[in-house]
Amino acid sequence: MADALHTLAAAELGRRLAAGALTSRALCGALLARYQAVNDKVGAFTHLDQADVLAQADASDARRQAGQGRGPLEGIPVAIKDNIAVKGQPLTCSSKMLAPLVSPYDSHVAERLRAAGAILYGRLNMDEFAMGSSTENSAIRKTLNPWDLARIPGGSSGGSAAALASGLVPLALGSDTGGSIRQPASHCGVVGLKPTYGLISRFGLVAFASSLDQIGPMARSVEDCELLLNALASADARDMTCFGPSDRTLTPGGDAQKLRIGIPKGFLGKGVAPEVAAAVKAAVEFYRAQGCAISEVELPSADLAVPTYYVVATAEASSNLGRYDGVRYGHRSATAGTPFEMMTASRSEGFGPEVKRRILLGTFVLSAGYADAYYVRALRARAKIRAEYLAALAGVDVLLTPTVPTPAFKVGEKASDPLQLYLEDIFTIPANLAGLPAISVPCGKSGHLPVGFHLVGAPLSEAKLLAAGRLFETAHGYAHQQPAL
Amino acid sequence: MSNVPSDWEVVIGLEVHVQLHTRAKVFASSPWGFGQEPNEQVDPVVLGLPGTLPVVNREAVEKSILFGLVVGASVPERCAWDRKNYFYPDNPKNYQLTQKDFPVVVGGQVEIELPGASRNVMGEHKFIRIHHAHLEEDVGKLSHAGSGSLVDYNRAGVPLLEIVTEPDLRSAAEAEAFLRSLVAMLTQAGVADCDMEKGQLRCDCNVSVRRRGAEKLGTRTETKNLNSISSVRDTVIYETARQIRELEAGRAITQETRGWNAELARGYVLRDKEDAHDYRYFPDPDIPTLRLSRETVARLAKQVPENLYDRQRRYVEKLGLPYTAASVLVNDRALAEWFEAAVAAHPANPSGIANLVANDLLRDLAASAGAAGAFDEAAPAPVSLASCPIKPAQLAGLVKLTDDGVISKQQAKEVFAEMFKTGQDAAAIVDAKGLRQNSDTGELEKIVQEVIADPAVAKSIAEYRAGNEKAINALKGPIMKRTQGKANPGLIDQLLRKALG
Repeated sequence: MADALHTLAAAELGRRLAAGALTSRALCGALLARYQAVNDKVGAFTHLDQADVLAQADASDARRQAGQGRGPLEGIPVAIKDNIAVKGQPLTCSSKMLAPLVSPYDSHVAERLRAAGAILYGRLNMDEFAMGSSTENSAIRKTLNPWDLARIPGGSSGGSAAALASGLVPLALGSDTGGSIRQPASHCGVVGLKPTYGLISRFGLVAFASSLDQIGPMARSVEDCELLLNALASADARDMTCFGPSDRTLTPGGDAQKLRIGIPKGFLGKGVAPEVAAAVKAAVEFYRAQGCAISEVELPSADLAVPTYYVVATAEASSNLGRYDGVRYGHRSATAGTPFEMMTASRSEGFGPEVKRRILLGTFVLSAGYADAYYVRALRARAKIRAEYLAALAGVDVLLTPTVPTPAFKVGEKASDPLQLYLEDIFTIPANLAGLPAISVPCGKSGHLPVGFHLVGAPLSEAKLLAAGRLFETAHGYAHQQPAL
Repeated sequence: MSNVPSDWEVVIGLEVHVQLHTRAKVFASSPWGFGQEPNEQVDPVVLGLPGTLPVVNREAVEKSILFGLVVGASVPERCAWDRKNYFYPDNPKNYQLTQKDFPVVVGGQVEIELPGASRNVMGEHKFIRIHHAHLEEDVGKLSHAGSGSLVDYNRAGVPLLEIVTEPDLRSAAEAEAFLRSLVAMLTQAGVADCDMEKGQLRCDCNVSVRRRGAEKLGTRTETKNLNSISSVRDTVIYETARQIRELEAGRAITQETRGWNAELARGYVLRDKEDAHDYRYFPDPDIPTLRLSRETVARLAKQVPENLYDRQRRYVEKLGLPYTAASVLVNDRALAEWFEAAVAAHPANPSGIANLVANDLLRDLAASAGAAGAFDEAAPAPVSLASCPIKPAQLAGLVKLTDDGVISKQQAKEVFAEMFKTGQDAAAIVDAKGLRQNSDTGELEKIVQEVIADPAVAKSIAEYRAGNEKAINALKGPIMKRTQGKANPGLIDQLLRKALG
């Protein structure tokens, strides 16, 4: 059965490891074989140190033998998006700007995974500096959708979603600034959760837009997603925006069949592909049949979300990416000259076109004479959107929408139209602007392509989202479905 | 001193950057200090490695609040940090964390004392208003070596409090007095060490001139990065003269940023207004607004030392000290507290104690330390009282022996020197050296009678009786001789007058 290990859920792998029916060495060996067979087709990983993986696996097996197993993730591989620091591993953000960099320190989540006994398993491809919705902006390689290799896997955590869908790894970390976990999860038929802002420490996550970024778990099932979330969420004094020990009490999940579900008015209308709308409506009907109260809610400022996001996110990014100048680390231009000429040339050579576009946009919206018209107004719009979401979530437990309006598009199809591409995140962005937890759960297909629905909850209501997701997952066969590769 | 024509008035505002006295850097746990090898005092946060985040150092915030309390500022309910974006190789993130809209200190004032007509005369006092002070991070140091450039990030992230005055200063002397007073307040409260040789205090100096009586301020220039009090004084003198010269020649002053060449004693243009940076300030999303708890403020308020000039007034008015001694003592909090401990042990004669402390003790401490002026070339160097061999109560004991007539003032100097050498009590030295004065009236009366009976002094006695007061001194020598110099001089004087009366 070793050849089927790559299809199993982390929870099941954990049970077999705990029972002594499986070693981490055997599991990692099977996954490395899968990697040899599949990764070149899908392009999910940018780096995998096989010797290091096996050494970690042996250490885990030795701990378990000695009765010092560290918990439910002991011996289970977790692959990590290439914008999250792991000591001794590359930290490139899929950018030429950082390509030579090896992180000298562990992120908080890497420490948490080590403390949980997990195997820190390789680096996953992404849109450069997490800017994009297709992983086409990676400067390292292309990642393709395992369900259709002519299509994009979504992004920016496209490597994470593709690795899960193609059975390369049972668990993965992504990061989500405007939908970068949930949108690729939807396109690849896996589960992705963006936690409440502040639930998981950002220490060691390379910043794109600091007030929006969150690390989150991705898996092939809701149950596995919860397993990984529990390992990651803890207080961390190194991130001042991370909840302290006394502020991080999660709302209990309660009985998923009694959830009150709000459907935002107009969210299933214009711009949503008919198959997507049909799959999501079927999910709504499922919940209604389970006994959930379904109601329509108003979010009048929803249309402001995308423009607001592209002002706030690019403003912060223009500053966050200032540090990449070739002086201390990363790409340094061979062009001789003054320090300023070297910095300018390094940035011109190191950043790709989408990153440059966003730095320019962000610089512009913060400039004297324009900041009031753009950045300051965007902050006001953001506050309004947050207030509307919190008001809506006072009356219902979760808001249900599609995750993405349309299924995965073809590679190159939207490359020349950034505005069209930005609309991929129309349903996911508000959760980032409002700091709310949100999850994408597979709910069907559009043709051969996966479709997911999206749940948003009040701050710290992750357990409700997960309970709702599990109710759906248990009744349907979408979890663990894998494409033929 | 500057010679500003009487129909012109100079207006000065200062921005003083002070490195706070803290163990760790302002947003990182890396320690900092002076004189380390380049790039030894760095960590991933200081270097701005990808994924690192700032964490506000509470100690730096508390030192800033303490400064606010020292100058009587209001401590706001909250403070916040902003990003100031600009590219420079010594700036690890290419933005500096600073406080634009919600600084940690708002308002307050610093009392200054101008030089008096002479060293013994107190000069005029004035209050200089503080606009605000904000807590930010220092940057690294870029240097050019051969064909390349080198950068040292040891200084990057060191906590800097930028203290911004209102344009209240009206002369180079006032600017100088302000900085002296500010340095004394910062060091006495333990907020900062202000060692200018180590770059711990740097100044930007805004100067404008206007016709006396005019309400509207003139166009100002800002001279940046002055690293000594004398540079600030010289800059004000230079810039005042230059601006008046320009205006009197019918030319306008350009609002510009200037530098100062201390060796050539002249300023130069760094950049004009057209080249001004657009720093694209925005609130730092990594640091949430900090609430400053009233409990913390109340706790810090207890650490505020007595104000320099309040102390000086108390010494002069309550303790009866001469201004000269008082002004020396109050400049150094440890010295003042040492003095006060001595006074507590012998409250009868503060002036006598002050005299010994401000003159003999300071002189000997400075000589033994070989100390040079560390932060201010014109002010006395701070001395280390930690290594002082004399304890306050011992000095009080010496003054008491003098006051009680056990030893003379002349002998007291000798005993002081021995105390400084050995750390022994004054009484022990007096006994060991047999310095105790002879105040035995009966014995001395007998000697007086013997001496005045000697025909050799008859002439002096006659002169004294004829009204020459000084002639009595000729009789004291032989008395001292017979007592091996131990006779109490006051008592002899008294007995002689009685005998000759």
